Amino acid sequence: MAQMQSHDDEQAEPTRRDFIYIATAATAAVGAGSLAWPLVAQMGAAADTLAAGSIEIDLSKLSEGQQIKVLWRGKPVFVRYRTPKEIAEADSVDMAVLPDPQTDDERLRANPGGTLNKQFLVMVGVCTHFGCIPVGEAGDFDGWYCPCHGSHYDTSGRIRKGPAPDNMVIPNYEYLSDTVIKVG
Amino acid sequence: MSGHSNYEPKYAATRWLDTRLPIFRFTADFMGFPSPRNLNYWYAFGAILSLCLMSQILTGIILAMHYTPTVDAAFDSVQRIKRDVPFGWLLQSMHAVGASMFFFAVYIHMFRGLYYGSYKAPRELVWIIGCLIYLIMMATGFLGYTLPWGQMSFWGATVITGFFGAIPIVGESLQQWLLGGFSVDNPTLQRFFSLHFVLPFVIVGLVGIHIWAVHHVGQNNPIGIDVKSEEDTLAFHPYYTMKDAFAIAVFLMIFALFIFYLPDALGHADNYQRANPLVTPEHIVPEWYFLPFYAILRAVPDKLMGILLMFAAIMVLFVLPWLDTAKTRSMRFRPVARWFFIIFLLACFILGWCGARAPDDIAIPIGDGITFKWLSRIATFYYFAFFIPILPILGWVEKTKPLPDSITKAINEGTA
Repeated sequence: MAQMQSHDDEQAEPTRRDFIYIATAATAAVGAGSLAWPLVAQMGAAADTLAAGSIEIDLSKLSEGQQIKVLWRGKPVFVRYRTPKEIAEADSVDMAVLPDPQTDDERLRANPGGTLNKQFLVMVGVCTHFGCIPVGEAGDFDGWYCPCHGSHYDTSGRIRKGPAPDNMVIPNYEYLSDTVIKVG
Repeated sequence: MSGHSNYEPKYAATRWLDTRLPIFRFTADFMGFPSPRNLNYWYAFGAILSLCLMSQILTGIILAMHYTPTVDAAFDSVQRIKRDVPFGWLLQSMHAVGASMFFFAVYIHMFRGLYYGSYKAPRELVWIIGCLIYLIMMATGFLGYTLPWGQMSFWGATVITGFFGAIPIVGESLQQWLLGGFSVDNPTLQRFFSLHFVLPFVIVGLVGIHIWAVHHVGQNNPIGIDVKSEEDTLAFHPYYTMKDAFAIAVFLMIFALFIFYLPDALGHADNYQRANPLVTPEHIVPEWYFLPFYAILRAVPDKLMGILLMFAAIMVLFVLPWLDTAKTRSMRFRPVARWFFIIFLLACFILGWCGARAPDDIAIPIGDGITFKWLSRIATFYYFAFFIPILPILGWVEKTKPLPDSITKAINEGTA
C-alpha cells in the first residue's frame, strides 16, 4: 500500500525512506572513498625517502676540466669545473636557437659574496627525455650526449638537439662557503 | 557454455552431482565442443598459449620461493637460483625463456586472427579481450624483466616509468607515485615484484572469459565462413586435442633448444651487470618482443608524441573490428587485402629491426644512406596506414573471391 501511495503522488514531499536511502548511499560513498585513498596513497614516496634530503659537496677537490658525479635522491648530480672555452661557448649561444631558452647565468647560483662562480656548473645529470645518464664531453656541442635516444646538451647542460624536451635540471642548492655547496 | 548439451549422466552418483553442481557436464561439453573441421596448425596456438601461461605461473611461483626483492639482494638471489638452488638453472631458464616463447606464440596467434578475420562480427569481444590479455602480458613481462636487477632491468624500468613523467601537468607526481620515490629504487622493485606476481592471475581470469566468448560464438576457421551444419564440425576431443598435442610437442622442442643450449640468447649481456644508477649502458634496448614499439617511440622527435604514438599502436588493435569494413573474413578470399597484410607483417619485422639498432646508423646504403630512424618512420607510417585508411577503404572497393557454400564442400573440393 505504501508503494501505491508514493506512486500516486510523485510530486509529494520526499519521504523519510528517501532520506534514509540517500544518507546511506552518501555514507557508503564516503566510507569507500576514505578506504580507497590509503590504498592509493601508500604508493607515494615514503617519509624516509622524502627525508633523505640534502648533501654537501666540497668543490675544492675539483680541478679545471674535471667533473664529479654525486648520488642525490637516487639520481646523479653532476658538478663540473668548466674550462674558459666551455664557459665562452655557453655564453655565446644565441637564445633563439635554444628549444628551452635559458642564459648560462640563469643556470648558476651566486656564492656568499654575491658573485657567480662561472666555472662551476651544478645540475641533475639525468636526461630529460627518459631519465638516462648522459655522457660528458661528448655530443655535437662539447657538453653531454645521451646514449639512449641521442640527445645533445651544450656546456651549460641545455638541450640543443634530439628528442629531450628540456634543459637538464638545476637542483635547489646554495653556497655554504666559497668552496662548499649544499644540494637539496 | 555453448547452449545445448549432449551430456547424460550414467550413474546415480553422477546424476546426483549433475543436479547440484554440473561440473562433469561442463567438462564433457567443453571437450566435445564442435569445432570447424578445417582448422589448420595456426589454430594450435591457443592451446600452446594456455601451456605457456601455466608453465610461467608454475615456474614463477617456485622462483618466488628463492628470490629476494630488495635492491641489495635481488641480483645475487637470481644468481644463486641459477647456480646453487637444485635445478634452479632449469626453472629460471624455463621462466626467462618461457616469457619469450609466450610472446612468440601470442604474436603468431594475433597475426593468425588478423589474417583470417577472427576479429569480425560476432567475435569482436573475443578479439578485444585478447588485446587486453596482450596488454597485461606486456606489463607483466616488463615488470618481470626488472626483477633480476641488472643494468638493463634498472634502465629499462627508468625509461618506461619515464613515459608517465611526460604526461603534462600531473606527469611528475604520477611518476613519483609509481616509483615510490624520486627514482627507480627499492620501493619500485618491491611493488614491481608484487604486481608481477599478481597480474598473471588476472590473465588467467581474462583467458577464461576469452575462451568462454569463443565457445559462445564458435571458432573462426581458415576460410572464415560460418559453420552451417554438424558435418562441418568435429568434436574438440579427440580431433583437436591430438592436433594441438602434436603442435605442442614441436613447440616444446624449440622451447627446450633454447632452455638447454641458448638460455641467454634472447636476453642481453648487460643484465649480467648489477644495476648501477650512475652509469647508463651504451645502448639501451628492450626485450625483443617490445622492439617494434620501441622503434615507433623513437621514430618521433617529440617525447610526448612518441609515447602517444606508441600507445596508439596498441590501442588501434582494440578498434580494429570496426575499422575493417569488409564482410569477407578470411584474407584467402581478399586478393588485395592479402598483399597489404603481407606488407604489414614486413613492416612489423622492420620496426623490430629498427628498434634493435641505433637510430642514426645506416640501415640501407642507398645514396647518402637511409638511417634506422627514417626506416622506422616509413614503417611506422605504414603500420598506422594499414589500419586507417587502408582497411576501411579496402572493405568498400576490393572485389573479393567467391566464398564456398560450406566448409564441408570446400574440403571436398580441396580448397579449404
